[in-house]
Amino acid sequence: MIEFLQMLYDYVNYLGAVALFIIGLHTVVTHSNLIKRIMGINIMGTAVFYFFIAIGNVTGGLPPILTDTPGEYINPLPSVLILTGIVVVVSITVYSLSLVIRIYETYGTIDQDEIAKINERENADD
Amino acid sequence: MRKWALRILFFMLFMLMSYSVLQMPGDIGLDSPAYNEATHHYIEESLGETGAINIIASILTDYRAFDTLGETIVLFTSIIAVISILRPSAKPEEEEAPTDG
Amino acid sequence: MDDIIVKSITRIIIPFVQLYGIFIILHGHVSPGGGFSGGALFGTSLILYTLIFGVDKAQKKFSHRVSEIAESGGILIYLSIGVIGIFTAGYFLSNKAAGFPLGEAGSLLSGGMIPLLMIGVGIKVASTMVTLFHTLIMEERL
Repeated sequence: MIEFLQMLYDYVNYLGAVALFIIGLHTVVTHSNLIKRIMGINIMGTAVFYFFIAIGNVTGGLPPILTDTPGEYINPLPSVLILTGIVVVVSITVYSLSLVIRIYETYGTIDQDEIAKINERENADD
Repeated sequence: MRKWALRILFFMLFMLMSYSVLQMPGDIGLDSPAYNEATHHYIEESLGETGAINIIASILTDYRAFDTLGETIVLFTSIIAVISILRPSAKPEEEEAPTDG
Repeated sequence: MDDIIVKSITRIIIPFVQLYGIFIILHGHVSPGGGFSGGALFGTSLILYTLIFGVDKAQKKFSHRVSEIAESGGILIYLSIGVIGIFTAGYFLSNKAAGFPLGEAGSLLSGGMIPLLMIGVGIKVASTMVTLFHTLIMEERL
């Protein structure tokens, strides 16, 4: 039991990233409000960044800025790759928000179920 | 009913992903497979090769400068996409109005 | 927002935020930070101005013309510094081989082309943040 808890403690960053990813996926799947879905996508992106940073971590390591202090530096490569990821997530968020603005102008609602109902009604009328 | 089925499904997905994450090498620092020869090269040689003491800056704008160039192009494309979605709304109404009247 | 306290505090705070953003951009190669975080800080100060004083006043400070120049200028700075490498070293975006002086490690003037590229990226990110916010908030009037 103690060993299992110790293992959970050692992997707490990875497990936290997995939990965050599942929370985001749950938000995307269960909510029909489009803004909440965009929030879910953002949470999933944050989980991926967290996982990457956790992979590059060295316990007690120095930040990757060269100094005279003795010690080992953390892995700088994941941090660099995550900068690209942040930019991509920002672009995706802004693009989906602008699409939501257009959807609201067209349908008068941002709830996906109501949009489906409106579409069904229009198809029935045709 | 559907709600509980979804919750159980997500809990199973959580267990599956946790199991696969627990198979990874944990926080073992320098022995980690991610801490490979590329990282050692960056940490040991970057000062002599780029002159910047911030290793992240030297990777971002020297070793992987094409990556950053692509990043700025992504930002540029996102602006063009947002403007192209939000701008042209006024024009069709203006064009339709005279034909209706 | 018509609140005298918020307006006065914003007027005092904005220059310091912008100065800090420029500091982060220029010290990107010797301390934590760089073009992305500094540009985001600088853009956030202009977004704060838009939120407090309204989009009309903000459009005078940061008009479409300025945004066009900043958007294209950020990428063009980056590309033109990269093209220098083609003529001097034969490779696009080469730093030491292209003859950029590396300087003394740890000083502000070091790292060859890295600070110059950081300035380009910072301009680009700052103007992107502001332009996207203005585009989303101005949508009703377009």
